[in-house]
Amino acid sequence: MKTSLTHQLWTFPGGIHPPERKDLSNQVAIATLPLSSVYRVPIKQHSGAAGPIIVSPGDKVLRGQPLTAAELPGQLPVHAPTSGTIAKIGPGRVAHPSGLPDTLIEINADGADQRQTLEPIGDYQAFSAADLITRITAAGIAGLGGAGFPTAQKLNQQRPLEALIINGVECEPYITADDRLMREHALDICRGTMILLHIVNCERAILAIEDNKPEAVASFTAVLNEFPAIELRVIPTKYPSGGEKQLIQILTGRQVPSRGLPIDLGFLMQNVGTAYAVARAVEHGEVLDQRVVTVTGENVDKPGNYWVRLGTPVADLLAHTGFRAEPQQRVIMGGPMMGFTLPDLTVPIVKISNCVLVPSTQELEPAQTEMPCIRCGACADVCPAQLLPQQLQWLAKAKDYDGLEQQNLFDCIECGACAYVCPSEIPLVHYYRKAKAEVRTIAREKAQAEVARQRFEARKERLEREKQERLERHRQAAEARKKAQAEAQQQGAPNPQDAVQAAIARAKARKAALAAAKAKQEDDSSA
Amino acid sequence: MSLVTGLLVFAGLALIFGLILGFAAVRFKVESDPIVDQIDAILPQTQCGQCGYPGCRPYAEAIANGDEINKCPPGGEATIKKLADLMGVEAKPLDSAHGEESVKKVAVIREDECIGCTKCIQACPVDAILGAAKQMHTVIAHECTGCDLCVEPCPVDCIDMVPVTPKTETWQWDLQQIPVKVVES
Amino acid sequence: MTFKLAASPHTHQKRSTQQVMRWVYLCMIPGIILHHYFFGAGVWLQMLLALIVGLSAEAIAVKLRGRSIRTVWRDHTTVVTALLLAVSIPSLAPWWVISIGMIFAIVVVKQVYGGVGQNLFNPAMAGYVVLLISFPVQMSSWPLATELAQQRVDLSTAASLIFSGYTPAGYSLEQLRMGVDGLTMATPLDALRNGLTAQFTTPEIFASQAIFGAVGGIGWGWLNLAWLAGGLILVQQRIISWHIPVGVLLGLAVPAAIFQLFNPDTSIPVSIHLLSGATMLGAFFIATDPVSAATSNRGRLWFGLLIGVLVFIIRSFGGYPDGMAFAVLLANMCVPIIDKYTQPIAYGHGGKS
Repeated sequence: MKTSLTHQLWTFPGGIHPPERKDLSNQVAIATLPLSSVYRVPIKQHSGAAGPIIVSPGDKVLRGQPLTAAELPGQLPVHAPTSGTIAKIGPGRVAHPSGLPDTLIEINADGADQRQTLEPIGDYQAFSAADLITRITAAGIAGLGGAGFPTAQKLNQQRPLEALIINGVECEPYITADDRLMREHALDICRGTMILLHIVNCERAILAIEDNKPEAVASFTAVLNEFPAIELRVIPTKYPSGGEKQLIQILTGRQVPSRGLPIDLGFLMQNVGTAYAVARAVEHGEVLDQRVVTVTGENVDKPGNYWVRLGTPVADLLAHTGFRAEPQQRVIMGGPMMGFTLPDLTVPIVKISNCVLVPSTQELEPAQTEMPCIRCGACADVCPAQLLPQQLQWLAKAKDYDGLEQQNLFDCIECGACAYVCPSEIPLVHYYRKAKAEVRTIAREKAQAEVARQRFEARKERLEREKQERLERHRQAAEARKKAQAEAQQQGAPNPQDAVQAAIARAKARKAALAAAKAKQEDDSSA
Repeated sequence: MSLVTGLLVFAGLALIFGLILGFAAVRFKVESDPIVDQIDAILPQTQCGQCGYPGCRPYAEAIANGDEINKCPPGGEATIKKLADLMGVEAKPLDSAHGEESVKKVAVIREDECIGCTKCIQACPVDAILGAAKQMHTVIAHECTGCDLCVEPCPVDCIDMVPVTPKTETWQWDLQQIPVKVVES
Repeated sequence: MTFKLAASPHTHQKRSTQQVMRWVYLCMIPGIILHHYFFGAGVWLQMLLALIVGLSAEAIAVKLRGRSIRTVWRDHTTVVTALLLAVSIPSLAPWWVISIGMIFAIVVVKQVYGGVGQNLFNPAMAGYVVLLISFPVQMSSWPLATELAQQRVDLSTAASLIFSGYTPAGYSLEQLRMGVDGLTMATPLDALRNGLTAQFTTPEIFASQAIFGAVGGIGWGWLNLAWLAGGLILVQQRIISWHIPVGVLLGLAVPAAIFQLFNPDTSIPVSIHLLSGATMLGAFFIATDPVSAATSNRGRLWFGLLIGVLVFIIRSFGGYPDGMAFAVLLANMCVPIIDKYTQPIAYGHGGKS
């Protein structure tokens, strides 16, 4: 394979440099959040379908015990975050921008925190890729960078790889979860990377870190001489360098084809947190039941990073860190660029929650009223996907869905750079997300309509066929009757047809006789 | 003489242009769906019959023959607008004689009340109801078009039309619609 | 209490439309001061008139459209339009000239199209062109640069001229425009155009007119340098991108240089092209109006080049001595097609990084 991975770094078009504010939360080591009394574990925490629930209310569970199974590809199990009793299973608010309910498993903790683990794998090289992938699925590992794609599914590909890219960029402002994890657990991340390399049968891993994290870089340089397969690349700080497509462009100068995957170029990308989780799952048999969450913003007293069990309500996390709510408070899950606001604090921490941000109004000013677009083009200058954000905005407002697709709406990564620079404060990304949802709805409805049309046509055909079959049955019955008569006739029985003919002949003869008699009478009378 | 020359020249020109046109007609033939297919593609395929025709395709044929374009309540304004664009006529408001535009619904059978009469199965235009005589029936929810046609024939009124609720996957990013609870600080 | 819901991003760069506009008129200050220095105090009255008429016309138009005037005034775009038109027209033109220009610019060119962001044409330049073709005499009656004039035009003289047509001493504008030698003096571009049409050579025209005493013409050269200085601040502050001004100046200078090289006697020198008339004001303040310009950087460069070439053509071969306004409007018309062919290739669609 032609190598495009040299030490040269490229750049991507556009991008922005928002205030980073990372020092707010990256000063202290990762702390462990005390146990909560109640955990709410959503059964779907990754992108893909939820697995079937295998526990019922009243069951006693141990920490690390699976609550759902993974039967189909794309499904991932979720695990009990602590020991306790299943209180109820039902709908509740989950970590989704819509605030719509999804199925949650509520667990009352017993405080003992008894744990069950999988069998640790000592020498992973003695195991096949398939076995290790099974382990990664059983541990419930999904991409911890944000999208939450099942790691096993991503690894389970048969195409040759040029390199595995480990993403430690963490370009979103405020968030320092990966930064702290890299500083404190560089060795585990490297081991996880080696396991991943073994699984995908690849020799080379590139670890990319932004140059605003010198401490993380230092902790890796201290251990990397043990791991010659892993190369470190320190890349310039710019948002959104951590986007999968942007990072590949920075490292290789190549672009992932539209609607394609990095694997099309021979690359696979995993987040540092995922590599860490893989190492724990394989070497220690620990399932993914906790993650590092950054709690930050000026409205918490103890900003920092915390080991948080999945299913912990955000309320518990914020209560522990000294949250002071102000009027019109925003609670953001994720960072200031791509995170979403929570309607209330019952929402649980899930696999993809890397940050809870509670800013003060002075810190992150709430959006002002949208003003008219002055076509200044600042948005196009910063768009890392090289789209025309203002054009998309006009089209989205006009609901011109064909135009939107022509302008490559679906190549938008929703990074928010355009809305960040817009002098008219137009919530551009929001318009794109709405338009994308509408385009998807239209496509779905169209597909449904097509199915309905086919079913309608099929039914019409069926009814027509049934009618034909009915007629055919009648015809066959009639023929069978005929045939039976003919056979009976041959055997000497009188042909009913003959009887009819005879009757007709008789009737004709009688008519003729009558007519003849009448004529005779007339002749007589006239004579 | 000059008359003959003129005639010959024009006959020759006519022949050449005729050949060019004939060639172009074959070479650059534009495959286009017959108008009925195009109309049918716009209609929502609920097969509900509210337009007065037995299904979407018959209505498409009727429109192609000059019927009004505003008789489709499930399609609503959006469908009327698209039909107007396609047919080159003015869009007009939905004809309320045929019904009102409403949210998408799906039929649900209250299964413990079902007597297994198969009347709804026969009424369903898209064969989305599963069951047999004297057996309980059920609606295949993702095949149901919400056409309403099964409700009327049911002798025990055990079919409900339930509005489709948005899920996280089908959410349209309406931040204003999130129910917000008041939290004590 | 309730938690506030909002769409991401939750952080925002602190540069709003009104701040952008404020930068634009702050950067006009050096040009306005030199305008005052060379052409008298009339420019202040013209700006005041333009602002009053423009903002009132906008208020009425917006009210008729059923919108709130507060949100419309908030973006300060009308202020910029008013200032640009006021410095573009002769500073002693009668009061009704600027009034008609502003009403046309704001009502017809801006609000009728749907307000800021919707207009196809640069409002100030559309207003300018309407004035130029309707009132050619008033629009070409530039006062003399102070160094050549017999008397300074102070504020009361200017007010009197603008509102009554005569100075307090009873002189008309025409009389004021006469130089020390008693001849009516034209702007450098006017003088060149008339001289060249009358078959004089460029050096002859230069020798015969006192206005060519400095590079770009007395007053005009310095004024253009002032606009250039303000424009460079705008570029440095990233209020405007460099593409349009560079395009305009290149599009104007390159053909001018070629013509000067081959026909030095019958063409306008590059120095006059660049430092006279509306060149710098147009390149940095007018052509860069984001609403009516091309949107991508590549497109902006082409847009600028087109304006520059058009200015050159109009000045050299057209019927008007200066062509900035026409060039800008013609380029505005070409924006859709420029945008179409300069659209960047989206990520993953085969473009090179």
